[in-house]
Amino acid sequence: MILAQTKNLSVQMGGHIALRNVDFSINSGEIVTIVGPNGSGKSTLLRVLIGAIRPASGTVTVSSNLRIGYVPQKIGIDPTLPITVRRFLSLPTRRKEGDIQKALGRVQATELENKQMFALSGGQFQRVLLARALLEQPELLILDEPTTGLDQPGSAALYRLIEEIRTDLGTAVLMVSHELHVVMSASDRVVCLNGHVCCHGTPDNVASAPEYRALFGSGTQGALALYRHDHDHTHEHDDHEGCTHA
Amino acid sequence: MLDDFLIRATLAGIGVALAAAPLGCFVVWRRMAYFGDATSHAAILGIALALALNLSIFAGALVIALIMAITVSTLSDRGFAMDTLLGVMAHSALAIGLVAVSFLQGVRLDLMAYLFGDILAVGKTDIAVIWGGAVLVVALMVYRWGALLTATLSPGLAYSSGIEPKREQLFLTVCLAVVVAVAIKVVGVLLIVALLIIPPAAARPLARTPEGMALWAAVIGVLSAVLGLRMSYIYDTPAGPSIVCVAAGLFVAGLILGRFTVPKAS
Repeated sequence: MILAQTKNLSVQMGGHIALRNVDFSINSGEIVTIVGPNGSGKSTLLRVLIGAIRPASGTVTVSSNLRIGYVPQKIGIDPTLPITVRRFLSLPTRRKEGDIQKALGRVQATELENKQMFALSGGQFQRVLLARALLEQPELLILDEPTTGLDQPGSAALYRLIEEIRTDLGTAVLMVSHELHVVMSASDRVVCLNGHVCCHGTPDNVASAPEYRALFGSGTQGALALYRHDHDHTHEHDDHEGCTHA
Repeated sequence: MLDDFLIRATLAGIGVALAAAPLGCFVVWRRMAYFGDATSHAAILGIALALALNLSIFAGALVIALIMAITVSTLSDRGFAMDTLLGVMAHSALAIGLVAVSFLQGVRLDLMAYLFGDILAVGKTDIAVIWGGAVLVVALMVYRWGALLTATLSPGLAYSSGIEPKREQLFLTVCLAVVVAVAIKVVGVLLIVALLIIPPAAARPLARTPEGMALWAAVIGVLSAVLGLRMSYIYDTPAGPSIVCVAAGLFVAGLILGRFTVPKAS
């Protein structure tokens, strides 16, 4: 079942075109990862899906009453705003103490319940954001670079957690990430974005696509080789659209 | 009981302090202090217009404060350099208002009363207006509290929960204009922002939750109003500045107290 999709989506941000003719969809239970360089419109696409940005043209269809759990990029909490983890998890809807405990337990953060939000470390903060998203009992979990600011073991643990959640709860997961090798091994599908969809498909397909290699160069192939043998040739097509951001 | 001017003044001060507390918390959290300045300074222009057109001061101040607040709020969405823009607008509004007042020939006008408040001249109608405004603001804040808080923490989280952050911003803007309009008599346009910001700032070290901070801010605001008026009465000092002085004293006390009672990071 398709949970959310865009057809021919274009988005304008401050005069320039952030997304152009993007066709995208995510099915229930799927893990889809969006990769792409900075400024390629990855976060923009997520924000269109949660309704924060209106498209300039094209259609966005989100299945009715879809429960979305959204994990934004690390949010800055002003130190003048005192708020405990427990209170934060009850925003904007009041949650039962039992549900809060359960959500914190799932992200292995039960001990944080009475801590102040601004006092959390990067990894703890992301776990709390994830717990908050889980309290929505989401059918679709949307994560915007969830591992920003985490070290390697920290982000590996977070991705394991996300996979666990998908397995246990059957939640579809849509995330944006920079960590190509980790992410791609954990995804069902990868969408490579650079203002438009450069290429998409299974991690294998994308990793070997010339558009992907054109974007990320050969530097990432070392990382990809961690789990997949390297292709010893590159494609140089003149006819494909190319992945430069217009 | 309302025949005693000191009781009327105290009631007016308490009303304003109660409305300013929750709103002031958002002014602090969202770093809107200059926004408050622009809105309150514009009110002096509203007063000049009200006097010229023979309207009620409250209505004049409310309308101009509302226009200013909405203008600033709209401009801030357009990506202007906000601190400069707000500085320009706040001080121009004040200057234009003062010039406009000087044109009002034949109106006997005590400018000081509007700049620094004239709480001891608060009448029964004023109390009704102040408490009406205060109840409206507190009711709006309570009604929108969760949504306002979510939008303040993260616009993205707000959107994903079906909250429109811009609408919440508009709520705050309207509340701000109302508080400015009702607070003019009590502290005057120059010190309204002090009443918005100092009680929440004083409450910050004592609080662990947003609600706690708003409640402490209300307690501190009310204390400031009551003690400030007492001080004004005893030492014959201007009422508005006296209230702000007490609030500033409580801020320092809060800082010292907070250091000993609330562990910083837990």
